[in-house]
Amino acid sequence: MNALIEATRIASERVPNGASISVRNLSVTYGNGFTAVHDASFELDPGSICALVGVNGSGKSTIFKAIMGFVRPSAGEVRLCGMPVDEALKKNIVAYVPQSEDVDWNFPVLVETVVMMGRYGHMNFLRMPSRADRYKVDEALERVGMSAYRDRQIGELSGGQKKRVFLARSLAQEGRIILLDEPFTGIDVKTETAIIGLLRELRASGHLMLVSTHNLGSVPDFCDRVVLLNRTVLAAGPTAGVFTQANLERAFGGVLRNFQLGGRALHDDDDTRHVTVLTDDERPLVFYGDKTRKGSDGT
Amino acid sequence: MTEMLAELLVPFSYNYMMKAMWVSALVGGVCAFLSAYLMLKGWSLMGDALGHSIVPGVAAAYILGAPFAIGAFLAGILASLGMNFVKQQTRLREDAVIGLVFTSLFALGLLMASLWPTSVSIQTIVLGNILAIADEDVVQVAIIAGISLVIMVFIWKDLMVTFFDESHARSIGLNTTLLKVIFFTLLSACTVAALQTVGACLVIAMVVTPGATAYLLTDRFGRLIVISVALGVSTSFVGAYISYFLDGATGGVIVVLQTLLFLVAFYLAPKHGLLAARRRRLAPTEAIT
Repeated sequence: MNALIEATRIASERVPNGASISVRNLSVTYGNGFTAVHDASFELDPGSICALVGVNGSGKSTIFKAIMGFVRPSAGEVRLCGMPVDEALKKNIVAYVPQSEDVDWNFPVLVETVVMMGRYGHMNFLRMPSRADRYKVDEALERVGMSAYRDRQIGELSGGQKKRVFLARSLAQEGRIILLDEPFTGIDVKTETAIIGLLRELRASGHLMLVSTHNLGSVPDFCDRVVLLNRTVLAAGPTAGVFTQANLERAFGGVLRNFQLGGRALHDDDDTRHVTVLTDDERPLVFYGDKTRKGSDGT
Repeated sequence: MTEMLAELLVPFSYNYMMKAMWVSALVGGVCAFLSAYLMLKGWSLMGDALGHSIVPGVAAAYILGAPFAIGAFLAGILASLGMNFVKQQTRLREDAVIGLVFTSLFALGLLMASLWPTSVSIQTIVLGNILAIADEDVVQVAIIAGISLVIMVFIWKDLMVTFFDESHARSIGLNTTLLKVIFFTLLSACTVAALQTVGACLVIAMVVTPGATAYLLTDRFGRLIVISVALGVSTSFVGAYISYFLDGATGGVIVVLQTLLFLVAFYLAPKHGLLAARRRRLAPTEAIT
């Protein structure tokens, strides 16, 4: 067993380090003539968690599709770890954690089968799992705390458990770049904390995660980079510089609810500072003057 | 007793019966393999549409003395092009377009058969006639079913990933478009083959019922395929056998057998059956885990 662990460790070290995403002057126009993204550019380096933030229709899923090679850019290019998209996909560099609504939960597959799908890209064309593949699946299930549920049909799980299964699949796939589509919708706070903890561990080991989210309140909490979208990149860079009230109001226009609380409405003293609460549907984002802090659930 | 046994073994002594049983079993098996995928995506009625649309092609092939598979293939292409064209040019919904195109083609096939009654038998096309299948047709059916089966054995896992989560399939470098094209090509080819055993009207049952039955019996996709194929092969073989004693209507017997097995699974399936659901309602505490 130890020899096996050693073998898999060496194998995983052979995966090239330095996950990076480079989107340069990307434009995507769909068949019906609609330009979903125009002239978007941003660069992401290894060891980072980046939030992709914008209103519905701002091009978040189009950016994901371009990174996955689902849509061809009409101009510009996407490079992953310095490679063209198709080449990077063949090397299993990109793992994708789908949005819950996009999964057919009645599909007759067990938890362990879903996680094993993460290994398919590492197998020969018959997709016969080796001992190392089975070991990686066990390890991934263990890491997300789902080992006890491996024989369940996926539809029998709770929202948070479902999410953890797909995270385990991306761990088993050993992609250096992980795309997470709305990972926090429909899950409890405990699971959210657990997922964020796991993402931080992956960041420490050099992974690059791109997270599309509506959950503005937790963005400053775990994302060190933010890309703000509104059919092009409005701002991109370190969270502190990009995730500001002015930028967010630009990205969301009138869509966000914006509360300003201050003075005697908030507290019984003469403090003149005020608090701004920005929220779209989930956790509100609270600005205290120029500092950002996470708000609690509900407004 | 021995007399009865001898009577039951009679079909095995006829060359044409052996041919009918084995060809039916082969076709039933491949169709059942495909049914495992088809019913999961809500595309079941496509099998029906395909089965009816290829009728004029088969009729034309018989009139011209060409291989029926080629006529069926051309009619299938005509049908899909027609559906696409009507859908793009109008605001009609997809089900209306499919219904419109496949019934039109089916009607055309019936018309052709009644204009050239000597070369085309409506009965054969609509109901199948495996007991009187010509040798060159056996060859065509065997080639179609054999090749389809081999391809499916090689790509079944890739197709599973593609149908379950296309984004993930792409992320591991699979060509999902090509895989889907292969699947629908095989589906059309096997529909053509099934035309010979159960006829155009019952093709739909061959590509839906075995998969639907297996779906009630397991939550593992690999097992679902094995169960489905086993059901398809056994019901088709036994159906052809029984039809010897009933004197014809092979397709009807096969599909009735499949339906009977579905009903058994519907009632008795260990987890998804009616009985299990009732038991869960009576003991709700241990059911929800």
